[in-house]
Amino acid sequence: MFTKLKTITMTSALALSAFAAPASAEDIKIGVISILEGAFAALGQDGIRGVELAIAEAGGEVAGNDIEIIVMSSDASPDSAVNAARKLIEQDGVDLIVGPLSGSEGLALRDLSKSFPAVTFLNGSSAAQDTTLRDSSDNFFRFGGDGAQWMVGVGSYAHDDLGYEKVAVVAEDYSFPYTQVLGFMTEFCAAGGTVPEKFWTPIGAKDYSSIVYSIPSDVDAVFVALGGADAVNFLTQYNQAGGTKPIIGGSITIDQSILDSEGPFKQQLIGAPAGTPTVSDYDGAEWKAFSASYTEHFPDGFTAPSIFAHHYYMSAHAAILALEEVEGDLSGDQAAFRAALTDLEFVTPTGGTMRLDENRNGIVDNFVTEVFEREDGTLGNRVVKVVRDVDQSLGQDPATFLAQGSVSRDNPSCP
Amino acid sequence: MTFFLIVTLNGLTLAALYFLAASGFTLIFGLMRTVNMAHGALLLLGGYVGFEVARATGVWPLGILGGGLAAAFGGALIQFGILGRFQGDELRQTLASIAISIIMADLMLWYWGGITYQVALPDALAGGFKLPLLGVGYASIRLVLIAFAVVVGITLWLIIAKTRLGAIIRAGVDDREMLRALGFDVAKIFIIVFALGGLLAGMAGVVAASALSIAPGTDLQFLLSSLVVVIVGGMGSVGGAALGALLIGLAEQYGLAYAPTYGVVFTFAIMVFVLAVRPQGLLGRSET
Repeated sequence: MFTKLKTITMTSALALSAFAAPASAEDIKIGVISILEGAFAALGQDGIRGVELAIAEAGGEVAGNDIEIIVMSSDASPDSAVNAARKLIEQDGVDLIVGPLSGSEGLALRDLSKSFPAVTFLNGSSAAQDTTLRDSSDNFFRFGGDGAQWMVGVGSYAHDDLGYEKVAVVAEDYSFPYTQVLGFMTEFCAAGGTVPEKFWTPIGAKDYSSIVYSIPSDVDAVFVALGGADAVNFLTQYNQAGGTKPIIGGSITIDQSILDSEGPFKQQLIGAPAGTPTVSDYDGAEWKAFSASYTEHFPDGFTAPSIFAHHYYMSAHAAILALEEVEGDLSGDQAAFRAALTDLEFVTPTGGTMRLDENRNGIVDNFVTEVFEREDGTLGNRVVKVVRDVDQSLGQDPATFLAQGSVSRDNPSCP
Repeated sequence: MTFFLIVTLNGLTLAALYFLAASGFTLIFGLMRTVNMAHGALLLLGGYVGFEVARATGVWPLGILGGGLAAAFGGALIQFGILGRFQGDELRQTLASIAISIIMADLMLWYWGGITYQVALPDALAGGFKLPLLGVGYASIRLVLIAFAVVVGITLWLIIAKTRLGAIIRAGVDDREMLRALGFDVAKIFIIVFALGGLLAGMAGVVAASALSIAPGTDLQFLLSSLVVVIVGGMGSVGGAALGALLIGLAEQYGLAYAPTYGVVFTFAIMVFVLAVRPQGLLGRSET
């Protein structure tokens, strides 16, 4: 009996060590965190495609080192992202992490990154402002903008070109939509517009009908910052209740993944403006090449890369470029690699030049778009305006911008 | 005042949906003492199949029927193939049904992907409807939803109160051993009840996909709401499911309208209160 037990213990120990054995020392392990469950599942899946695309374009290796990716799912909650990251670092021993997808997850990983100085974190598509603006972390990089940068251009377009004076806001109740609303209101209020009421709804709410009837009847338009199924539900119910106000979209409200969803609600979106760093039908040469490469690699993906594929791609692409520069050298707590990341400049799929500010946040291109119907009946976004070199202070003096305080349900306000 | 009435109407429509989802759940529990955690997955399966059928045929009622039948078949299969093997071992059945729900959810994510689906409505139902007296538009589908829930509720009551099958089910709820001793094939009856529960879940799924939308995650939302509804209303009682759905639906809508940030608290406050004061649920019978 005792011998048998011993054999079992030995075998399990052997089996365990086989699992724990490092792949080859030359392999670079990248952990990817994205949301593959719940309302954001489709979007999260596209984020993974972005990383896979960057790696496939590099031929699956950097300076002779194979790249291995390990995917973990989170569920949009900060603790799930932290658990995923801990598992990737402690059990899989990854060198870099690309992700997460959603705003509050990014804040949590920024905090976590301070406890793991040997691992470099590259943000996926999470776009809360304070991830990099306040209390930033030395090993957390964001090759992309925050939610406020993604709305640049829309506030003034809505006020000056579309003539909206009063706009109601419907948004999910967490950091990313707060930041989006800030980006919109900064310009819109400065131009003279007012926002009499803001409705903050829980993520994953199914039934918005009571919100629909609370929207004041004297507003000119409704700014909707909801994502995935939430946006579909709100827009459907607004339409069914006979709502006729024009819609202004947040960055993920009118993303390609929403336009590709099934259902009759889409017709009412035609003509709706939105702010976004990613336009599926953009006709810039770099975007066309990127989009073609995406469709070639993922025939069963969306009809064009979504904002998530785009941002996960940029982070993974930046990591690969920096790795090439240091020839895969991650020694000394990745010091050389991080220096290369910090000074990196590359042309983005939207044709601008990506570079980082002193908080390691991207200086990015942004678009004002409107929804239009393609000849084959599917919907796409087309560009109304391109704004280049958008920084995190939205063009204001950084000190003044910081002094306005953190975004929240009530900040900013212009009733 | 208009706003209050509208919110009340919203609460009623949501309650109708919750009732449809919870009635099958409570039916299965009442007879078999099985907490079927795969109920939400059956609902989502019904919704997806209903979407496919409605798109292929262009006939909305066929979608409801197709979704209902698919989930009924799924429910019967679960009981026949897996849960029936552990009859009498409720804990193991519950754990197995959790496993089934996770496997089903992943298979559906694999097949239908993560995008959001909505069932296209017939033109007559697609738009809004001007409410008399209040003078505001209201979604026709939501009014149909109330009517549908009432019809289903009454049919279910008739089946249980008036038919032979209903009598057998009621007898089974009261004394399963006696029913078996009288020579009824209990295993077959269990499969029938599971199919009936699945049918209700599947139809609720298609209705949910028409009035709202379905996506991965919808299964857990409705499983949770069904659990809350039957805990409040009383496990095993169809009337209790109706009452529970009414309370939860209204609480959720009033919460969303008047205190959006804390809305969800109301739902669970009701549940905690009921559990503290009347643990068997408002219309439930206490176990003896």
